[in-house]
Amino acid sequence: MIELISDTGERREMTINMGPQHPSTHGVLRLELVLDGEIIKKVKPHIGYLHRCFEKYAEEMDDYAKVIPYTDRMDYVSAMNQEHGYVVAVERMLELEVPERVEHIRVIVAEMQRIASHLLGIGAFGLDLGAFTPFLYLFTEREKILDIFEKVSGARLLYNYMAVGGLMRDVHPEFKEDVADFVKTFRPKIKELDNLLSYNKIFINRTANIGVLPVEVALNYAASGPVLRGSGLKWDLRKDDPYSIYDRFEFDIPVGSGEVGTLGDCWDRYIVRVREMEQSLRIIEQALESMPDEGDVMEAIPKRIRMKEGEIYVRTESPRGELGYFIAGDNSASPFRVKARAPSFVHLSMLPAISRGSLIADMVAIIGSIDIVLGEVDR
Amino acid sequence: MKSVEEILEYLSEKFPETEFEALQGDVGPARIKVPAPVIKDVAKFLRDDDRLLFNTLMCLSGLHYPKEEEMGVAYHIHSTKLGHSLALNVRVPEEKAEVPTVESIWKTADWHEREAYDMVGITFTGHPDLRRILCPYDWEGHPLRKDYEQQEFYRGVTTNE
Repeated sequence: MIELISDTGERREMTINMGPQHPSTHGVLRLELVLDGEIIKKVKPHIGYLHRCFEKYAEEMDDYAKVIPYTDRMDYVSAMNQEHGYVVAVERMLELEVPERVEHIRVIVAEMQRIASHLLGIGAFGLDLGAFTPFLYLFTEREKILDIFEKVSGARLLYNYMAVGGLMRDVHPEFKEDVADFVKTFRPKIKELDNLLSYNKIFINRTANIGVLPVEVALNYAASGPVLRGSGLKWDLRKDDPYSIYDRFEFDIPVGSGEVGTLGDCWDRYIVRVREMEQSLRIIEQALESMPDEGDVMEAIPKRIRMKEGEIYVRTESPRGELGYFIAGDNSASPFRVKARAPSFVHLSMLPAISRGSLIADMVAIIGSIDIVLGEVDR
Repeated sequence: MKSVEEILEYLSEKFPETEFEALQGDVGPARIKVPAPVIKDVAKFLRDDDRLLFNTLMCLSGLHYPKEEEMGVAYHIHSTKLGHSLALNVRVPEEKAEVPTVESIWKTADWHEREAYDMVGITFTGHPDLRRILCPYDWEGHPLRKDYEQQEFYRGVTTNE
């Protein structure tokens, strides 16, 4: 929709739609932009195009375990982390002990998934800004992770692998070697990425000082994950609200520092993801070392889950940030209420605040840097 | 780090006229039940008091309790400065489901409240832009109410396959 414009007054402004079908909105997202020339005056995001009633389905299920495949479909590029969050929440409600071997496998696949998700996020971010080559290199690496996941679970994208109290099946016999091989070959690629994209002059020009998010604003909006860390706050749920067995591993929390521009700009959010992949590799290596070789991954899975009455909110660190599950039980076999608090939903709501006054071309950089997945926004 | 009992004490000191209640389910941590009219003042106090500093709202969920004929809102807040978390519950009668907004306290409540309005039909009074968020603007009813019945047609198209 284009309105008539003149040089003065309110009619100077023009309203245009970005999306719902737009290559750099990373899904079906519509942004209503009010522009003065190329300057963005106002942004109004419209979401819901991918709404699939996850919460309604969860209530209709007659078993807590049957919700797991639906969680996969929320953030479909990090399905393992979505499942992990949900099973941790249900287990905490049931006060269920999970075998060591299961915990280790979960952490390894969750961290591999984090890397895969960041590779996609970074690759697509570069692609949005005109850097085609890094995308291809990164996708080659992501493929290797998906190959391992395929051997583990039988699926490449939506795994339905984790179960309440265990795993759907044990990993294949060469799992440890496969993962160790990947870690070895992948580590030098991060250096390559730095040369190819991170310190590329054009890339820096497009991302430094753009979409600056001050840390107080980030906290007021409850931002989390790389978006919050990009603004300089050392905050990671794997350390600050530990779940699973993350408290046993040594790793650092990379934060933004305004290295090439302003603290909390698009580049800071980007570089946090790059540095995080190195830390994930460290966690994987430690987990491989301490992972027990024997053990039944299905022994602790309850035959039937009957939840007591109560409410719980459990949050885990997904690649995009704080993934929270609010679960209310009512003494029956089906959940009374399940709400998924998706990090992308929260981050997208900040968009009007951080993009006001920037150029329309920078909008693409800002959306890419907060790395949203619309499946999770709309649920 | 403050316990629920301590926080309850601070609240009773600050709001002597109001009755707060600790709720404890069979599972999960204790929650504090807050009367709907004071939720905004309570939220502001929880955010700004030096002993509490709840600077982020992690999650806000709308619920429908058909047995009690009530609607509920669950707030989950956290302090990144002091490291403690708290759950607040608000209950309002079904026929007058109105809760003051906390959007001005925690900005993230903006979209969460719109979602609760869309999904269970709670009206957040004072919200600057209370529209549906996930469903189309002209959708009928609120899908997460337990008595929800899906409309047969949407803009002339059947909704059942």
